[in-house]
Amino acid sequence: MKTALPIGETFFPVPFPPTLEYAAPARGPWNIVHVGMLLPEAHQVFVCAQGCLRGVVLTAAEMGASQRFSTIAVEERDLLEGDMEAMIIEGVEDILARLPKKPRAVLLYTSCVHHFAGCDLDYVYKVLRGRFPEVDFTDCYMNPIMRKKISPDVKMRQQLYSLLRPAPQDGGVTLAGTLVPLDGTSDLLELVRQSGRPFRAVTSCQSYDEYQQLAQSSFCLTINPAARLAGETLEKRLSQRHFHLPLSYEYGEIEGGLAQLADALGLPQPDWSAKRQAAEAALEKAASALQGVEVVVDYTATSRPLGLCKLLLSHGIRVVRVYADSFLAEERAAFDWLCENAPGLQVMATVHPAMGLLPHDAAQKAAGKVLAIGQKAAYFTGTGYFVNLIEGGGHYGYDGIRLLAEELAEAVRQEKDVLSIIQVKGWGCCG
Amino acid sequence: MGVLRMRQANMILPTYTADVSGVCSALYELGGMTVMHDASGCNSTYNTHDEPRWYSTPSMVYISALTETEAMLGDDKRLIENVCQTALEQHPRFIALCGTPIPTMTGTDLPGLARLVERRTGIPSFGFPTTGMQDYLSGAGMALSGVARRFLPEKAQRTEKPSLNLLGVTPLDFSVTGNVQALRACCQENGFAVRGCWAMGDPFEMLMGAGGAWANLVVSAAGLPLARLLREKYGTPYVAGIPIGGRLAGTLFAALRQAAAGEAAADPLAVPQEAGGRPALVIGEPVWALSMRAAMLAKGFTDVRAVTMLAPYPLPFLPCGRQAASEEEIFALAKTASFVAADPLYKPAVPQGVPFASFPHEACSGRIWRKDIPLFIGQDGDKALSV
Repeated sequence: MKTALPIGETFFPVPFPPTLEYAAPARGPWNIVHVGMLLPEAHQVFVCAQGCLRGVVLTAAEMGASQRFSTIAVEERDLLEGDMEAMIIEGVEDILARLPKKPRAVLLYTSCVHHFAGCDLDYVYKVLRGRFPEVDFTDCYMNPIMRKKISPDVKMRQQLYSLLRPAPQDGGVTLAGTLVPLDGTSDLLELVRQSGRPFRAVTSCQSYDEYQQLAQSSFCLTINPAARLAGETLEKRLSQRHFHLPLSYEYGEIEGGLAQLADALGLPQPDWSAKRQAAEAALEKAASALQGVEVVVDYTATSRPLGLCKLLLSHGIRVVRVYADSFLAEERAAFDWLCENAPGLQVMATVHPAMGLLPHDAAQKAAGKVLAIGQKAAYFTGTGYFVNLIEGGGHYGYDGIRLLAEELAEAVRQEKDVLSIIQVKGWGCCG
Repeated sequence: MGVLRMRQANMILPTYTADVSGVCSALYELGGMTVMHDASGCNSTYNTHDEPRWYSTPSMVYISALTETEAMLGDDKRLIENVCQTALEQHPRFIALCGTPIPTMTGTDLPGLARLVERRTGIPSFGFPTTGMQDYLSGAGMALSGVARRFLPEKAQRTEKPSLNLLGVTPLDFSVTGNVQALRACCQENGFAVRGCWAMGDPFEMLMGAGGAWANLVVSAAGLPLARLLREKYGTPYVAGIPIGGRLAGTLFAALRQAAAGEAAADPLAVPQEAGGRPALVIGEPVWALSMRAAMLAKGFTDVRAVTMLAPYPLPFLPCGRQAASEEEIFALAKTASFVAADPLYKPAVPQGVPFASFPHEACSGRIWRKDIPLFIGQDGDKALSV
């Protein structure tokens, strides 16, 4: 089975048939523990088998957040005895009784086994809420077996806002489901600032009360596809007007989204020409700094890797490979463009079993100079030159393109210690 | 609150590596292909927190990416096809399938699937009934003994000079920071050539000569099933213990020499002690904890208790050691302790002012304090205990 194909010969949206999976040691993307930790003054309780607990326990420990994290281990007898509900209730009671201070909220994570055992979670939460009225409980899930319907990541971003209580709206804007704070100069923030409205994001909340203020906004924005469900849920539940303005590298899509937002915020249509020119100039400088160096991109760097390849290729930057196992439907246009204009662009799998055995010598073959965008791309090529980008890295719009182009120019000059960077779990959260 | 529930709930103390990672770790260097039958998560947990060799040493360890529909319908077809196809492309020496919670719930017959895979590929295959709900010692134990049972020759010629096998060596207990090399050197210094180290650093072919050893040294509970197998198969005696500190190293190798000569040897870990006062506490893997206890007694401690939160240890663990059933029990024991030696993740249980000797343990805290793991073999063990 092949691990790499020219884009012109691959299928969309899944270029390689599924098989056994390998996991590369590039650990920057956040997991559900990291996301849950964004909720101030909350305590996480995971109810899972030992094997599943291990990874989340150590995620919390590596963050130095073990005091905000507890576990209830599911054992074989629990599967046989059918009293999962009692086990969860008694376990949570025990933990709350022993904590030095009651948390404001508890994120209670159940797992695949509860789903399969038909555990009555409604009953569990009802009892817990009755016994601890001063604590807000919400249901969180570590059930990757359900990932084909809804991934644990998407569900977690939705549940992160589930404890918001309806509040009178003040016209503010809440950015939902974005893990890394947006750049202060981003086009999106500039618009909100122009409107004079409060801007809120969970990433800047220092207390549970401040978190509750996210409910006061009249608008909710999402820019990451994984956050879209969170935005839609906030619209339904709190009547916030939701705009999904996805991170994009298409000028038309960028301006279209911002125009929509400007309208909603009651602003005149802004003129983006200066920002567009700045982005173009930065791309030109990056192309000149790269001097034909090969560039590789991976899907952990941005939700639109194909869009990014298109942008860079169309500005004279020599992208030769994209690492991805599937593409979002929104990437179809970029895929078609690449098939027509860059049919030799290589698409390479990241989870295919052979990826664990292939030599990581692309950089060596290219005399040490391959520029990677994303941690997996850096690992697989063995390069020291890379842009450490997770989920777009807080960049957005024309300003985001300018910043990314500047980072490319910088990264090709300065070698990084890839090993120590990409081993950090949840980049930006604890490292 | 029932006692059972309290045992399962941990407010802050860690979760040890599970059996499925134990299998992967034990088989990592043996040239096989190990497949965790799970949706997702087990593989990243293993390669992030349980496997320090992942970045630099390739090994065929994969996940099956089980889906909800397959689990609901009991559909193993894709698993079988993917395992066979990958194996035929990668030519592993053997194939190991191991289970996780969902296959356990759905009653997946892993040994049966392994037989089917073996028939289709011609590659020796194992189905290890791990559940993701037991600790790594059971997984590593069944993997090492499983491979030995299948591949070791029926007969073996005893080596000319004294030799031993080290049984139960994985990075989960010994990391990759020098203790395995020190263990080998210590054996040499004490007159035993290392015939095979199960399973770090020695090629598969070398391990197949295990039957030639004069004795076996069990250095973690993961090595115990293999030790029993080797005793049964070749009549090789075994002794359990890690040569921590100069004094224990001496008694341990003396016991090995006696055992190799066919003489009854006293258990070097069953060191008598005086009770009374506030005891010192050693918490960790059973063989390590008992060995550390013996080393501490040799250093002048008078009352040392070895405690493990792992599965009950089948060697004579009592009266010098015990299994702590719960986090509360660990907190209670630490409250009365005069000294604690354990992984740093246990520190929250230890009252301020009580001296704490930090021994990071990969199976407990993973990679967090790897660079701080002290050398604890031989004389280095005495230094490591000087808090």
